[in-house]
Amino acid sequence: MELLLASAIGIMTAAGIYLVLRLRTFPVILGISLLTYAVNVFLFTSGRVAVGAPPVLRDDITVYTDPLPQALVLTAIVISFGMTAVVVMIGLGAFLGSDDDHVDDCPDVPQDPPEGTS
Amino acid sequence: MTHWLIAPVILPAMLAPFIILAARYHIGIQRVFSITGVLTLIAIAGGLAWNTSDGTIMLYQLGDWAAPFGIVLVGDRLSTMMVLLTVVLALFVLIYAISSGWDGRGRHFHALFQFQLMGILGAFLTGDLFNLFVFFEVLLIASYGLMIHSGGTTRLRAGVQYVLFNLIGSTLFLFALGAIYAETGTLNMADLANRVQLITPDETVGIRVAAVLLILVFAIKAALVPLHFWLPSSYAEAPAPVAALFAIMTKVGAYAIIRVYTMIFPPDLAVTSGLHDVWLLPAALISLAIGMTGVLAAKRLDRLVAFSIIGSMGMVLVSIALFSPVGIAAALYYIVHSTLAGAALFLIADLVRSSRANLDLTPQPPVAGATLTAGLFFAGAIAMAGLPPLSGFLGKLLVLDAAYGTDLMVWIWVIVLVSSLISIVGFARAGSILFWKAKSVAAPEGAIPAPVPATMSYVAVGGLIALLAAHTIFAGQVHSYTTAVAAQLFDPEPYISTVVDTPGKLSKPSTEDH
Repeated sequence: MELLLASAIGIMTAAGIYLVLRLRTFPVILGISLLTYAVNVFLFTSGRVAVGAPPVLRDDITVYTDPLPQALVLTAIVISFGMTAVVVMIGLGAFLGSDDDHVDDCPDVPQDPPEGTS
Repeated sequence: MTHWLIAPVILPAMLAPFIILAARYHIGIQRVFSITGVLTLIAIAGGLAWNTSDGTIMLYQLGDWAAPFGIVLVGDRLSTMMVLLTVVLALFVLIYAISSGWDGRGRHFHALFQFQLMGILGAFLTGDLFNLFVFFEVLLIASYGLMIHSGGTTRLRAGVQYVLFNLIGSTLFLFALGAIYAETGTLNMADLANRVQLITPDETVGIRVAAVLLILVFAIKAALVPLHFWLPSSYAEAPAPVAALFAIMTKVGAYAIIRVYTMIFPPDLAVTSGLHDVWLLPAALISLAIGMTGVLAAKRLDRLVAFSIIGSMGMVLVSIALFSPVGIAAALYYIVHSTLAGAALFLIADLVRSSRANLDLTPQPPVAGATLTAGLFFAGAIAMAGLPPLSGFLGKLLVLDAAYGTDLMVWIWVIVLVSSLISIVGFARAGSILFWKAKSVAAPEGAIPAPVPATMSYVAVGGLIALLAAHTIFAGQVHSYTTAVAAQLFDPEPYISTVVDTPGKLSKPSTEDH
């Protein structure tokens, strides 16, 4: 179980970093999604791996898993989900405006007219 | 237990939805509520700062849960001082946004502005590392919206870079938090401070990785070289009032470094030895050099100001990286100065932009209201470059004095002084091209002269410059206060005992209710 989790985290992080280093928006967003999956699993395991144990404390239970990382993962999932949606929308707007989806600076993009004067 | 400590988080959090839901189509009502909210926040922040100025630690337990189990908000001298600085800056930025009409050039400016304030103030007040992450996300989400306010292709492109960079930063933050939780089993800062001390020297691998990851995250926020690449484009392309408000966001990173690395990983802790003097200090010196060289090399006024922000953050972090009470006191004095000066310069760049085709540093016909704008630019540039008589000079003196006698003293003195000279040349070049050479360029035939910026815009910028002047005149009082702040930071025992020992629910194991 530990080997499975550790290699899953490692492979997802490696693939995520590779994709983040690409030049176009879409692979970068995919890479960030993979990184957030990796970090979610990592947070999940930070409370030690206990298989088949309930995350709550009750009177007749002696073996239980730490519930706090599960709450942390839930928060992290919600935030990363929302953030991915935001970056997809902004990236789509930038792509439709300039017909170009590179994430680096392109010096030949025309300047906007000054705001408030046009 | 007083409830005032959570007011700086609750008030903007209630005001923003109200502005969206009830005043969606009425910019006038939005403005009234936004200004009233910020004025109320100033009163609350002033009260909190007054309350903690004698060294009291204010504690707020959410839901009355005791410290390591529940989330706490903690107000000490440092956090209330940063809260007060933020809301005062927000007032002037808001006045400028309203008078220049920036808030009407897109939707929901005021609501996003309040959410942004909520995130920043929460990040200063929280006493829990995961809660710090959540407040970072709140301020980032609001800043994504503000950053692309009023749209435009170049702004959206810069926005994509900004969002992607910060998403990677957030992921790193989560990795750091996971590593810390796996090592210690807690994320409460005071509790962590106790537990990190207990880690035996041969089991420090995990916590060292976590400490380095954490300082990377905060360095991204503080735009420390080589993690500064997101800043110039996004600050230059962001709407001017937003960029001015962002001047405090880099300081959130500096605040987090001060807080975490004085309390959880103090300088004398063997686990993280070398992190400050071997890594942070040289990186800060390089930031200072690169930022001030960027001031000289920039081809546009807005990028020039953005690079001066990087340079001034370098200066702040040089002083922080000394990790002595004198160094932290000097850094805090300089943080107040550079926040106000950076915000004023971004607003001045917008005054220039309002009647120019672009902000390129090339001779173009004079801008409307050139005399007053040039005067304000002169004052702002003097402050940022660190010339007498304004507070940048005093701040720099304090940093140099704090560095006196340390190992890297020669390096610090040489880089600080040479980079000051470079930035003076850079600002002088920009000012003379913008305002003096403009006199020799005639306006094209039949051009309609652009309207002079509104009086209240000048009041907002003048107010920031006046605060800088006050920061200089009362430098003695301010510096003795920042010295008291630093003394409190280097004696974290009252903070820790207040957080850990205050009783609440679950503070004693009870048998009947589980």
